[in-house]
Amino acid sequence: MEKRLGKQTVKFSKAVSLLSTAAVAGQKEAEGPLASHFDIIMENAEWGEDTWEKAESKMQKSAVGRALQKAKIDAKDIKYIFAGDLLNQCIGSTFGLMAFDIPLLGVYGACSTMAETMGLAAMSIDGGYSDLSVAVTSSHFCTAERQYRNPLEYGGQRTPTAQWTVTGSGAVVLSEKGNGPYITHFTSGKVVDLGVKDANNMGAAMAPAAADTLAAHFEDTGRSPNFYDLIVSGDLGTVGKSIIVDLMCEKGFEIGENYDDCGCMIFDIEKQDMHAGGSGCGCGAITLCGYIMDRIRNGELKNVLFMGTGALLSPTSTLQGESIPAVAHAVAISAERE
Amino acid sequence: MEIFMRFFNAFWVGGAFCAVAQILIDKTKLTPARILVAFVVAGVILSGLGLYDKIIEIGGAGATVPIIGFGNTLAKGVFKGISERGFLGVFTGGVTGAAGGIAASVFFGFLAAIVFNPKQK
Amino acid sequence: MDYTKQEYLDYVQKKSPGSKLFRNMLVAFVVGGLICVVGQAFGEIYKAVFGLNEESVKTAVPITMVFLGALFTGLNLYHKLAKYAGAGTLVPITGFANAVVSPAIEFKREGYVLGVAAKMFTIAGPVLVYGINTSILLGLIFYAFGFGK
Repeated sequence: MEKRLGKQTVKFSKAVSLLSTAAVAGQKEAEGPLASHFDIIMENAEWGEDTWEKAESKMQKSAVGRALQKAKIDAKDIKYIFAGDLLNQCIGSTFGLMAFDIPLLGVYGACSTMAETMGLAAMSIDGGYSDLSVAVTSSHFCTAERQYRNPLEYGGQRTPTAQWTVTGSGAVVLSEKGNGPYITHFTSGKVVDLGVKDANNMGAAMAPAAADTLAAHFEDTGRSPNFYDLIVSGDLGTVGKSIIVDLMCEKGFEIGENYDDCGCMIFDIEKQDMHAGGSGCGCGAITLCGYIMDRIRNGELKNVLFMGTGALLSPTSTLQGESIPAVAHAVAISAERE
Repeated sequence: MEIFMRFFNAFWVGGAFCAVAQILIDKTKLTPARILVAFVVAGVILSGLGLYDKIIEIGGAGATVPIIGFGNTLAKGVFKGISERGFLGVFTGGVTGAAGGIAASVFFGFLAAIVFNPKQK
Repeated sequence: MDYTKQEYLDYVQKKSPGSKLFRNMLVAFVVGGLICVVGQAFGEIYKAVFGLNEESVKTAVPITMVFLGALFTGLNLYHKLAKYAGAGTLVPITGFANAVVSPAIEFKREGYVLGVAAKMFTIAGPVLVYGINTSILLGLIFYAFGFGK
């Protein structure tokens, strides 16, 4: 069992390489500070489709298509796609990826899905079951809003702690060959619920789960936070970001300078009036697949810990008065092999 | 001058109802849907107690346009229904009184759905 | 976890920025007030120009306001105003219209019967249910105590 470290972490024995990544982004994201790092920008929310749900499917299809193209890999050589999104029954993934004709494993981890699919895809390779796997996820503001909240034309006021669902899709091609960057560790998280009920304060609901996974990662690997050039969470937003720093401090881990959150990075929060920042599967996915991977490739970053954070609520659980459980998964990415 | 006062009163009475609702939104856990329900129910009760007519006297449209005025319309309809039809009026009066608003929202709602398409924010 | 749920919720409360109550109230007051002024203006016009009596004005004004609420919702403008006005656009009957029209438009893609028609009152329905039921209850009391005879 030398592949396992501690309770929640696996260490990959093979050099699982991230051959290529691709990011598809919506309009608002393209107006943000990371615009130049996205591969494809959608001209509008429909993107030539009749429904937003179909547009989201097209986003996943385009993200995977572009990632395969960049890696110069033929779709038929891919053994598994690990995919998920926020829509009921994950129709964004299933409808979008059908055409590739590759075995599809649907994953639901809410907004933690990018880290979860990457971790699972890496496990499929390290386990020897696959030489090429793809991980992909997406979120779309319009599909998420109508499913979780209100119709778009409904006049409501967003609270200061509310976050904005990112329209975006990120895809990663993982291979047992290649020159990196590499996925070296995968720490999977437990479901944690500290009783936050406010669906407009997801950051606060997710921060305890994120701190739990982060602490588990450091304990399991024996690494300290300053091992990483960047520790980045998926979509805690401004509120969750300030909470997790406190929570980690109480657990005895100082995270500070090298810690950031994709929800805070993807938008110019003040100028774009984003309240507490971005959220959604796509938030972490395109920030990682675009901006962060670019910085790893050009040598600015060597060791990155990417942690997806997911709020596991449903419209039904919210109506039934349940609080919001959350989960976080982390993958360690390194430019070089140890 | 008198007409100016009617506009001014409509402004502050209507505005005051909205400001109260805003306090409920920001300071309590009540969702907007619950606040609307509370306002309508309050409108019915205040009218039952005979208080809402006084507010309309002062505020005019400031008292009838807010959703609390919809409660007043329902209550007035019930009173009228009972005086015209007796016990059956208990059931027919409210909706009869509010028929205009209800029918208009069903009709214009449907019309809007035909004419307009959903757009991104 | 070192926090109990209650401790964590108290801590979150402290960490989360609150709404700007005074500013929100002021905007709600002004916008809500102005919408009522529009209603008043239509009332005055109906009376002076079309010679409608008091009773008819009370029916005509809500219908007009519902129409305007529906129109501005369809034009994608109502929610833009609501973002700032909050309760100022929620409480007037135009807000009720917005609550009816927005799901009607949104669920167009699910069809005219099970989409538009079925979803039309998902948000506004409770207002009708509780409003009508309270009025019936009031009527029963009113009738039982013999006010109507």
